[in-house]
Amino acid sequence: MDYIKKELPTKINKIGWILTLAGLLIVIISYLVDVQRTSYNNLIALIFFSGIAIGALILVALEYLAGAVWSTPMRRVSEFLASSLPFMIILAIPLFLNIHNLFQWAQPELVKNDLALQHKSAYLNVPFIAIRFGVIFLIFYSFYVIFVRNSRKQDTTKDQRLTKINLKFSAAFMPLGAILLTLFAIDWMMSLVPHWYSTIFGFYFITSTLLAGLAATTYVAVTLNEKGYLHPSIGEDHYYSYGALLFAMTNFWAYIAFSQFMLIWYANIPEETTWFLLRWTGSWKYLSVGMVLVRFAIPYVGLLSYNSKMNPKNLKRIAIFILFAHLFDTYWLIMPSYSPGIIFSFYEIGFPVLIVGVIILVFYAQAKKYNLVPIGDPKLQRGLDFHL
Amino acid sequence: MENKKIYTVTALFDTPDEITDAAKATAGAGYTKFDINTPYPVHGMEKAMKLKPSYLGYVTLFFGLSGAAFAMLFMSWVSIYNYPLVIGGKPFFSWPAFVPITFEVTVLSAAIGTVGVLIALMFRFPNTAHPLHDTNYMKKVSADKFGLNITSLDPLFDENKIKEFFKGLGGKEIETIYEEDKKAEIKVFDYRFIMTLVLVAIVTAGTTYFVLNKLLYMQPFTWMGEQDKVIAQSESNFYNDGFSMRLPVEGTVARGYLPYEYKGAPDSVIKFISNPLPFTKDIIEKGKMRFDTYCSPCHGYFGQSDSRLHDQFPKPPTLHSDKVRNWPDGNIYNVITNGQNVMPSYEKQISREDRWAIIHYVRVLQRSLNAKDSDIDTSQVKREK
Repeated sequence: MDYIKKELPTKINKIGWILTLAGLLIVIISYLVDVQRTSYNNLIALIFFSGIAIGALILVALEYLAGAVWSTPMRRVSEFLASSLPFMIILAIPLFLNIHNLFQWAQPELVKNDLALQHKSAYLNVPFIAIRFGVIFLIFYSFYVIFVRNSRKQDTTKDQRLTKINLKFSAAFMPLGAILLTLFAIDWMMSLVPHWYSTIFGFYFITSTLLAGLAATTYVAVTLNEKGYLHPSIGEDHYYSYGALLFAMTNFWAYIAFSQFMLIWYANIPEETTWFLLRWTGSWKYLSVGMVLVRFAIPYVGLLSYNSKMNPKNLKRIAIFILFAHLFDTYWLIMPSYSPGIIFSFYEIGFPVLIVGVIILVFYAQAKKYNLVPIGDPKLQRGLDFHL
Repeated sequence: MENKKIYTVTALFDTPDEITDAAKATAGAGYTKFDINTPYPVHGMEKAMKLKPSYLGYVTLFFGLSGAAFAMLFMSWVSIYNYPLVIGGKPFFSWPAFVPITFEVTVLSAAIGTVGVLIALMFRFPNTAHPLHDTNYMKKVSADKFGLNITSLDPLFDENKIKEFFKGLGGKEIETIYEEDKKAEIKVFDYRFIMTLVLVAIVTAGTTYFVLNKLLYMQPFTWMGEQDKVIAQSESNFYNDGFSMRLPVEGTVARGYLPYEYKGAPDSVIKFISNPLPFTKDIIEKGKMRFDTYCSPCHGYFGQSDSRLHDQFPKPPTLHSDKVRNWPDGNIYNVITNGQNVMPSYEKQISREDRWAIIHYVRVLQRSLNAKDSDIDTSQVKREK
């Protein structure tokens, strides 16, 4: 393991600051101009961001749980991406302040005249959603702390038992994380249309989350490795594995999304079809058709061939595209509750810019402090020697 | 030995690293027609051997796309043209319902196509013989050794040079393997092999049948046969009266059936019912058809009570009597509907409209035997002078 730590160029830090400040400026202006529309965008931002951060955390746990060796040299990338988790809280604070702008169930005068909402009010009320949000964040963050602390301790102690400890924690994390993400999806997206319900919706969100974390990790890991910050042994075989996982998850997303659509379409029950009907009226129709292309068809074709998964240029392009698709998906899930047609303006730009800036800043700070490769991990050498 | 054709020169290596290095060296020396045999897949081998990507992926793509197109088109043809059924109020071309089956057929045809092409083209089915079979080399590489062989098809092939080359690489047990004398017979179509397959099929099926149907007295699938449901015209323990069939609720009217509207009405009312149908050719022809079906067996085709039942049955009256001719339409309608003397009710068999159509036809028959002068179309008659 002839890993020599190289500092990331300060240019990256600068870009991070510029993006963060620019994003923040746009967000503040948006909030001053139109509170309600910006709140919806804030919600999109929360979901988009937690997708990346929690998805990266799931990847870390998945690696321990599955005993994967090929991803060990790039695990730090996932860890650094997951380290921006606390930003979730900052994104959620304005949401709690404007919660009556977002959710029908948070408006007492609406709940008063609606029997279904009254029945659901035991679950859907502001204090309880705040508690749930706190618990979800705390559990995810404590798992993050456990995984990462053990992983960093290993850099110096090279203690193999720490991998075993992380393995046990990741076994507990997986089912717990699935339940928490389901609750998170129900709280913040499904309850936008409080009369509607779909039992597969949580799973849909988990799939999107994993895709987002995977795409972000792939993009960053491939970029860093191409520039020589990781390890010379990391190459096409590792890229191929990321490409194959992205391809698999894209297919899996299509499978889940289509399952949700087909059952609702087939049964044709009014209380279930309203959600899709809303997305099939006006200009949302084009976005719904676009979902099939953006979320499934384009990444599918882009990752289908053997060479396309090996080629770092193509892989980076597709990874960025999948991240964009994740944003597109989140917009499609949330925005129809606010507007009768597609809307796009500076309100929609501010938050993604801010998020990208914050992730870059956090990543840079982490990369400055810690090794970019887990040099103490017992699986590292096997990961570097990995061949298809 | 001299007249035998050389097939390949083989060498054995001990570890996967050695064989990978040997493959790299062989490819580097410019050999192209060589092969590696290992007891398990060695990672990175195709790169070391400088193999070109296999075309099998395109075969899979082709068969997958054909399967998808076939499934989609076939289901569309069936549900739009061949056997259109309305299911859940959906349009005939309901593509979301086709997607799962299209997916399955895509996977199935891609898999079968790939395996089929693999066996037929790459393994040259039905030829199952290979010069390397039953050699010491093959025994070793299927146990714990890693084999390298350069075939005589290689343009750089030279037996002695290759043996030197293998020695230089550190290969052990370097051997020359010759092609088989006679052309290998195709063993897959050997009658003994085919008969064995047939025998196995018969024995398996026969044993299954014997065990399930004779030994265990077990019907294979009875879930459809034994359902918790009421079977028509049989005894049922579900209802107190023991019948499985139920009478409809009092006052139920069957779809498309209209009950007799003048039930129990006095004659004075019936007299004034007139035929609601217009006296047109269509209706008379319809009336003739119904009359021939329902009335003619007794009354005869012309209403003269001359049917074949004439002497075997209480004599049905002629419809040409003065009495019937003077009946109002309503009275005939009443007789058809409720019956008279021996004649049963035809209410359940002949619909309202058809009854009235029959009455029109009966009037036509009656008129045919009692025509008036004014019925003659004088313009058509040529008078003889």
